[in-house]
Amino acid sequence: MIAAHLPALQVVVPLVAAPLCLLLRRGGLAWALALAASWAAFAIAALLLQQVLSTGPISYQLGGWAPPWGIEYRIDVVNGFVLLIVAAIGAVVLPYARVSVAHELPEDQQATFYTALMLCLTGLLGVTITGDAFNLFVFLEISSLSSYVLIALGRDRRALTAAFQYLVMGTIGATFIVIGVGLLYMVTGTLNMLDLAERLPPMAESRTVLAAFAFLTVGTGLKLALFPLHFWLPNAYAYAPSVVTAFLAATATKVSIYMLLRFFFTVFGTADSLDLATLENLLIPLGVAAILVCSTVAIFQTDVKRMLAYSSVAQVGYMVLGIGFASTAGLTAAIVHLFNHAMTKGGLFLALGCMALRLGSVQIESLAGLGRRMPLTMFAFVLGGFSLIGVPLTAGFISKWVLVQAALERGNWLVVAVILVGSLLAAVYVWRVIEVAYFRPGARDDAGEGIAEAPLSMLIPTWILIGASIYFGIHTSLTLGVAERAARFLLGGGA
Amino acid sequence: MDALGLYNYWIVIVLMMTGFYVVVSRGNLVKKIVGLNIFQTSMFILYISMGKVAGGTAPILAEGFETYSNPLPHVLILTAIVVGVATTALGLALVVRINEAYGTVEEDEIQLQDQEA
Repeated sequence: MIAAHLPALQVVVPLVAAPLCLLLRRGGLAWALALAASWAAFAIAALLLQQVLSTGPISYQLGGWAPPWGIEYRIDVVNGFVLLIVAAIGAVVLPYARVSVAHELPEDQQATFYTALMLCLTGLLGVTITGDAFNLFVFLEISSLSSYVLIALGRDRRALTAAFQYLVMGTIGATFIVIGVGLLYMVTGTLNMLDLAERLPPMAESRTVLAAFAFLTVGTGLKLALFPLHFWLPNAYAYAPSVVTAFLAATATKVSIYMLLRFFFTVFGTADSLDLATLENLLIPLGVAAILVCSTVAIFQTDVKRMLAYSSVAQVGYMVLGIGFASTAGLTAAIVHLFNHAMTKGGLFLALGCMALRLGSVQIESLAGLGRRMPLTMFAFVLGGFSLIGVPLTAGFISKWVLVQAALERGNWLVVAVILVGSLLAAVYVWRVIEVAYFRPGARDDAGEGIAEAPLSMLIPTWILIGASIYFGIHTSLTLGVAERAARFLLGGGA
Repeated sequence: MDALGLYNYWIVIVLMMTGFYVVVSRGNLVKKIVGLNIFQTSMFILYISMGKVAGGTAPILAEGFETYSNPLPHVLILTAIVVGVATTALGLALVVRINEAYGTVEEDEIQLQDQEA
């Protein structure tokens, strides 16, 4: 009975938890409820993916209205996998949140914080699960509005301006997406994505459809911080509370990548307007520029959080490269990197949160001597850094390996070179942190009251994500297998 | 005749570009929110226009009427208006907080203060 309604529960559980968190008022109680909701969401996502993998796509009619009139939740291998990533990050970040949030936010804001976090989770899961283009916009705005609030809760006053900048850019992006959806509705008369995919091919040449395609691409590009549209991201990540940075870095851009995949390959996939050559000419240069420019900028940052934020834009570049190839190998690389990068970057930002708890700052100089003071946190950071570079036996290596194969398949040696240079640049910025932390004596080394290791409730979630990014670097069958099935499904080969 | 038939869409484009220009060119944060509002409003008109069926009446079943306008875009835009109101409210709330923290709502003065810090 309940099992049939899992797709609705996936969104409803965190949605109901949000106002309840606000009513509970007390930070500790709100945290406990949010924790329960996020674990429930994770369990539901795992059940859904398992069901999809064994019996094929699930279609859920909201309120019993048949699609294309009613809103349909449709779960296939692609969004089942993304749902699992988002829910897993939520489930890992929440146990960590209690100590970190108690440290960074005043007591009276904590219940509000968990409310916004639950709403953000609702929005991200909703965007992923829905099969209706307009419903996608509504969920996108739920997640965006709550993430503006979450970012503005940062302690530094620059968090406010960062949130404002993100609000302006995010709203423009979302409005572009609605305009695109509106134009598609105008010519097809439907909002259901599968229905759109069926009705678009005959009118693929029409100017309206091309305009819709352009609006959707730019709007989604703003949301996923595609290279020249990424200016909101570094500040937003740098000044947000540690938990928020880890959560958003691991989920928000990933969900936007999923949106791009969905629009390109499901909605426009069967239409001729999606000329493969156009896609390659558009996305590959942007991906290359993102990798080269943002990795270089990351090297010159003095704030480690900001450095990792720039590195995130570069990593989005790798995913966009994979999408640009529009081949099975390319999409597999993009999807598997989506998973691997969520684990790695989530783990890295959580490790930074541990440092922020003990040091009060994550400026690179203040990390001096940290290798001895917080060995477990620092070692987690090093392993995460290796995965970011793409050292063998880490998850980052697997995604780059598949991506290089996709590039070689197309005979695109330039992209192969760019991937290698990008890895070298990543090695430079990760090494800067390692050097300061391990080879430079701390300023207060002699003082008796040293800096202790972070509490277990924060260390364990950090190590779960870092551990995952090592585990999935060695046991690749699960992630690569699902990613490849998802890629084939998107390209129309069936799951 | 044809150009006049697209009258609504010309308005949409003009409003959209006006709003966008205000967002980009103004340094005052409140004016940016105003620009953002105009930008979003253009999208509302786009949806409302496409729901209109020539000669159609309001979509309420009644004797003597055969053609009805399409109500779906209108309903969609009600949702979008709610989202727009929420965005505006949140944006203005942020401006209030920024004013408390910096003592100004001018973008260049805020940047100056950040550089000095």
